[in-house]
Amino acid sequence: MAETIQLEVTRYSPEKDSAPSFQKYEVPLRKDWVVLDALNYVKDKQDGSLTFRWSCRMGVCGSCGMMVNGEPKLTCATFLSKYAPGPVRVEPLRYFPIVRDLVVEMSDFMAKFRKVKPWLVRKDDKPLSEGEFLQTPEQLEVYKQYSMCINCTLCYAACPVYGLDPFFIGPAAIALAQRYNMDSRDQGSDERMDILSQHEGIWGCTFVGECTKACPKNVDPAGAIQQYKLAATMNWFKTLLAPKAPR
Amino acid sequence: MTKRPIEPFLWTLFSGGGVMAAFFAPVLLFLLFLAFPLGLFHAPSYDALHSFVAMPLVRLVLFVLCSVPLFHWAHRFRYTLYDGLQIKHLNEFIDILCYGGAIVGTLLAALLLWNFS
Amino acid sequence: MRPQPQPAPTPYTPYHPRWYRTPVSTYWWMHRWVYFRFVLRELTSFGAAYFCVMTLLLVRALSKGPQAFEAFEVRLASPFFICMTVIALLLALFHTSTWFSLSAHAMVVRIGGTRVPGILIVAGNYAAWLVVSAILAWFLLR
Repeated sequence: MAETIQLEVTRYSPEKDSAPSFQKYEVPLRKDWVVLDALNYVKDKQDGSLTFRWSCRMGVCGSCGMMVNGEPKLTCATFLSKYAPGPVRVEPLRYFPIVRDLVVEMSDFMAKFRKVKPWLVRKDDKPLSEGEFLQTPEQLEVYKQYSMCINCTLCYAACPVYGLDPFFIGPAAIALAQRYNMDSRDQGSDERMDILSQHEGIWGCTFVGECTKACPKNVDPAGAIQQYKLAATMNWFKTLLAPKAPR
Repeated sequence: MTKRPIEPFLWTLFSGGGVMAAFFAPVLLFLLFLAFPLGLFHAPSYDALHSFVAMPLVRLVLFVLCSVPLFHWAHRFRYTLYDGLQIKHLNEFIDILCYGGAIVGTLLAALLLWNFS
Repeated sequence: MRPQPQPAPTPYTPYHPRWYRTPVSTYWWMHRWVYFRFVLRELTSFGAAYFCVMTLLLVRALSKGPQAFEAFEVRLASPFFICMTVIALLLALFHTSTWFSLSAHAMVVRIGGTRVPGILIVAGNYAAWLVVSAILAWFLLR
């Protein structure tokens, strides 16, 4: 087991550094190792001060998103051997403020996430005794793709519009709004439209399309945003022709 | 909603222009401005083309075909200037340049096709 | 590297003196091929604008009479206009291909409750494009 690969990892200590720098680590290149395994190896054997987020190691929790050689990736699902002979550059997710080393600050995303009302909005809530809101498999299929999001924010790190305009609501939040709009049990699409038809909502998007490529769950946020634009446009013409009609 | 946003209208023109450009621009650019002037194919005669364009319906189609893609250009170029050069603070100037250009083009197209003789 | 001012915090993220905010380079679109390709895709709109302007100039030449039209055709065959048209044609073709592949994401077509796969939508677009191009070519060449 002589084969190794070099990692170039972003280090940033808010107490000591004015800007991030790179530190090199030599780790074993094992074909069953992902980038996260290599980071954990560094933390256990070489440098306990290296800071990064991770939890489930199986692409479900969405915590371990980082830039690997410039691409936003879930490090638990990105094999080291793909980057042999190296070096592999591991950086914190792009466009987010860096708290320490590979840890980014996500309150921006959390605030936007809440803004799009990602829950079932009902105008007439019926009592529990009347039973549940039923849904057919076909109705489920309509929004299921958008419900797969794990909030890893890789799509934000892929989106230059978000990098240039921090007010932009961003891919995942809009895809999530679409997930509830398409849900047959939901009645909140008007409320969401008022929020998302702002300039910082869907109209900020220029359809670069990288969010869709970055998504580890095939949510297709770029598609969701374009479909939302189409819906907003139809709505616009509808209210132009019949201003008083309910949307 | 207090004010109607303009974006849906501009996006309609952008998409419509994009569809028109995607379907019609390649073949017409190739035939009208490359193959015919170079004599690669037997081009239609002046009289044939003239009497074709003289039809009101054809002129209406040409008006749409020569104006809506200009708004497609305005939309894309505006965003490219904003984001590519990071000059969002100049947005009023950019809007006037892009959409003003498209509007001038549309007016010229209307004038030209209306007065066609 | 010269120290750059950090971007201002937004209402969404509170200011924190010790969070490092990486500034976005003005040339961000030159750093990655996919971003450069995106800017190139946006600039294909110049092909569309060129098409509009040239078609209008053709109409103007037609309107002015046979001699003006003949002169216009001669000018079109000059090296400058040939170059411009070739560039515009390449941009237009790139626009067509990118527009069709994007349409697979933007359009949701359902047949019998299931969504038609994107690849079929793209294929349908190309088929329609070939038919439209063939009809226009037949009409102009007959």
